[in-house]
Amino acid sequence: MRQLVAAIRKEMLLQWRTRAQIAAIFIFGATAMLLFSFAIGPNSSALRLHAPGFLWLGLLLSSTLALSESFQLETEQKGLEGLLLLPSSPRALYYAKAIANLVQLSILGAALIPVMIVLYDVAVTWNLLWVCGVIVLGSAGLSAPGTIYSAMASQARAKQTLLPLLLFPLVVPVLLASVKATSLLIEGDPMGQLRSWVTLVTSFDLIYWSLCGLVFGRVVED
Amino acid sequence: MADPLFENTGSESRPTVAFALVAIGLATMLYGSYVGLFVAPPEKFMGEVYRILFVHVPTAWNALLALTFAFASALMFLFKGDWRWDARLEAGIEFGVVLSFLLCCQGAIWAKPTWGVWWDWDPRLTTTAVLLAAFLGILALRKFVDDPVKRATWSSVATVIAYVDVPIVYFSVKWWNSLHQMQSNPNTVSPEFHLPLRMNAIGLLLLLIGLITLRTRIAKMRLREELAPPLPAPSAAVDYATGGGR
Repeated sequence: MRQLVAAIRKEMLLQWRTRAQIAAIFIFGATAMLLFSFAIGPNSSALRLHAPGFLWLGLLLSSTLALSESFQLETEQKGLEGLLLLPSSPRALYYAKAIANLVQLSILGAALIPVMIVLYDVAVTWNLLWVCGVIVLGSAGLSAPGTIYSAMASQARAKQTLLPLLLFPLVVPVLLASVKATSLLIEGDPMGQLRSWVTLVTSFDLIYWSLCGLVFGRVVED
Repeated sequence: MADPLFENTGSESRPTVAFALVAIGLATMLYGSYVGLFVAPPEKFMGEVYRILFVHVPTAWNALLALTFAFASALMFLFKGDWRWDARLEAGIEFGVVLSFLLCCQGAIWAKPTWGVWWDWDPRLTTTAVLLAAFLGILALRKFVDDPVKRATWSSVATVIAYVDVPIVYFSVKWWNSLHQMQSNPNTVSPEFHLPLRMNAIGLLLLLIGLITLRTRIAKMRLREELAPPLPAPSAAVDYATGGGR
């Protein structure tokens, strides 16, 4: 546990020192959301209807930039090998990275909510905290497999192509469940479907946070 | 003890059984397709269009079998570290991807006259497309990693991660939208359709086993080259030959 706390501290310090990069990723996400409006046209009711989907697509596209940078510092100057020589478990390294990515993506998702409200004219009659809760759950679903794939892609050729190629098909359930849950929170849930979607994304999170933690050692040690 | 990868067995030097399986599989499929196309009667509601099921359903079963074989090979490699399982993993993923692609194409060909669209977001169709994309990503990973140790471990880990996702994708898309034909079983399929369906399924299975065996053999040969220790440099060889080495 002490190893995990120390690793998280290191990751959060790195995140803080590279905060300009998070701002750049936010601008990328906001620009993507602006471009989605051009695909639909200036039809405000259609834009409002698809707003949750655009929010999540913006976050998903931004997540590839954020996640691909996740192991950049460690691969430069063989830092990862140095970390593995320390008397700490690779699992602690993985969970620290995944938690740092989760925090970064959650902040990014929360920052994209005002962009969604302004660009797609979404009426704010819903509980912001609940939507943020869904963003945290969805971000957890992106960061668990995203962190392990980022560790692989950072040491492979064509790393910028490889990460989305591996990650996007895998996170289809997260995207579906998060879009539906956000949509139900914003537009209302007369049929009581929200619980099913939240359960789905939570189950995905539990499965992949456990599985990826188990196999991460093999990815970095071999 | 020598690595089993470097042991040359008799079956590997002459893959007669694999070629025989391919030939028997092709002949069985040819007969099954003949019965399906010319002997089986038209279906009550779909008419002639239904005949694609004689290749579509066997393709679906065998695609899932090939990917399950890849998943089992990935687990075996991770637990045992035997290189032969990495060669099997490579073969399993490649044929799983080919069959999944064929499955999507056949589904689209069947959907157009039946549902009026080439593509619909039904759970099985969408799950197959997601599965195809996920395993294509793993094939790309194998191509982009040069170190055989990293390539084998990472693709095994990625296969386990992707395979675990299959039921989750299926259920998420099922909740999202559903249109596909209800799953059939021998009680819901007319007896005249059993023979061509079973012949094609068995034929494709034999073909798949034969092709996976041959592809595994090629992958093993490549692995032997990649993992073999480097030969001494030509100058050093001359020195040893003349007894003038340093």
